[in-house]
Amino acid sequence: MSAVWADDAPAPTVPVLVGFDKINSGDTAWMLTSVALVLLMTIPGLALFYGGMVRKKNVLATLMQSFAITCIVTILWWLIGYSWAFTPGSSPYLVGGATRFLLNGMVYQHDAMRLTVSHLGVTIPETVYCMFQLTFAIITPALIAGSFADRMKFSSMLVFISIWSLIVYCPIAHWVWEPSGWLAVKGVLDFAGGTVVHINAGIAGLASCLVLGKRVGYPKESMPPHNLTLTLVGASLLWVGWFGFNAGSAVAADGRAGMAMAVTQIATAAAALGWMFAEWISKGKPSVLGIASGAVAGLVAITPASGFVGPTPAVAIGAVAGVMCFLAATSLKSALGYDDSLDAFGVHCIGGIVGALLTGVFASKEISGSDGSVLTQLWGVGTTLVYGFSVSFIILKVIDITMGLRVTEEQEREGLDISLHGERVE
Amino acid sequence: MKLITAILKPFKLDDVREAVAEVGVQGVTVTEVRGFGRQRGHTEIYRGAEYVVEFVPKTKIEIAVEDSLVDQVIEAISKSARTGNVGDGKIFVVDLAQVVRIRTGERGGSAI
Repeated sequence: MSAVWADDAPAPTVPVLVGFDKINSGDTAWMLTSVALVLLMTIPGLALFYGGMVRKKNVLATLMQSFAITCIVTILWWLIGYSWAFTPGSSPYLVGGATRFLLNGMVYQHDAMRLTVSHLGVTIPETVYCMFQLTFAIITPALIAGSFADRMKFSSMLVFISIWSLIVYCPIAHWVWEPSGWLAVKGVLDFAGGTVVHINAGIAGLASCLVLGKRVGYPKESMPPHNLTLTLVGASLLWVGWFGFNAGSAVAADGRAGMAMAVTQIATAAAALGWMFAEWISKGKPSVLGIASGAVAGLVAITPASGFVGPTPAVAIGAVAGVMCFLAATSLKSALGYDDSLDAFGVHCIGGIVGALLTGVFASKEISGSDGSVLTQLWGVGTTLVYGFSVSFIILKVIDITMGLRVTEEQEREGLDISLHGERVE
Repeated sequence: MKLITAILKPFKLDDVREAVAEVGVQGVTVTEVRGFGRQRGHTEIYRGAEYVVEFVPKTKIEIAVEDSLVDQVIEAISKSARTGNVGDGKIFVVDLAQVVRIRTGERGGSAI
């Protein structure tokens, strides 16, 4: 059972019981809304964004990945994940404690007029904070699917995502966001998950496309997106949902949330235009896929910076991210020869790094109370790249050796919809 | 009897249908097809990956006619399908050995 937080006690460092009167209804209302918005990013936002980009024979399998990941991460979050990510642990270099396994102790007591709050958001019920963080834990592994699309076995994907969620996502979320985590102590700034979510998902994506190998026929056969209408709808839902992601990360309905929302909108527009013009100049035409990809790159890059920067730096962050991610998804990928099917690495890892480092450059003391430092930010970026890549690589290799990671060539040719799920769209 | 097959730009289909109906054609079979000719294909670019689409979407129509109508139908198709640009299509004419109306069992010219 949680300790009770007395009126004159210092700010808590663990989840605590408080009276109903400590809850701010404005904050709570906004955070309830944010939970819905961020879940909307994965289902159906990301599912449609990716689903439109694959070939028609793989669209259901791609939608299924996002949906199944949503379900499995939810159960893991209840079981272990929340406790490991958002309670203090025995060492700042490991994961959090076991006190909230099965969400044990997260309570609402009607008669006693008490409920628990997280030490990371003391004005809203712990239930709301826990669900808000769950939606982040869901979208992060769902993003990785962009790299392994079209060729991973569904059963192996479930195993990979389950292990990854617990031993990669939870520790990194804990190190960066839980105040006792070693990267948080170092002063790494990551307002809404540029490092924890996007660099993390992107580098795991690179590991997965390296371990899996290229899709059959890549790059010789043409693999154009089968329905960019779905992709644009998905990108738009991501954009809208991202207001919950970034402005929600204020964990309050306040001025900082408002600033986070404003810079999110501005950076996204700048990045979408950045990608569009870069493509227009170098390839001759401004494409729908290009402007949608640019918008996502901008959303990714402003994620760590929102809550720390003002509107003008947001334009710079967006524009740089739009052009850098365009170069990563086009030139870098073909130069290095890996098959990052839907560019989870090119957009999320590269965009995340751009955002994390520029947060160090542009963080404003006036807005956040803390100055940024590129050097400190490099600790967050470097740790996530090294830890995320190596542990993801090992998990994938072990699965590949034990149960097989990839579908057969025949299944891949036939399409995952029929061969894995026994369904198809016509 | 002749079988006239024409490959058209898809957006010209309605004009061609009207034109051949005017000269007395009673039925047309339409198929969506792909192919290449002198028009060649086009290039699509998705995130920098270029795909050459070698086969261009076209519409194929098939019309069975009495010998007396052949020239008028060819004329009608040529006029209505022409834009003057490369890719306007082709007309093929072959002899037709037999026509049968399934409902009545009629054969030859009266079955067209």
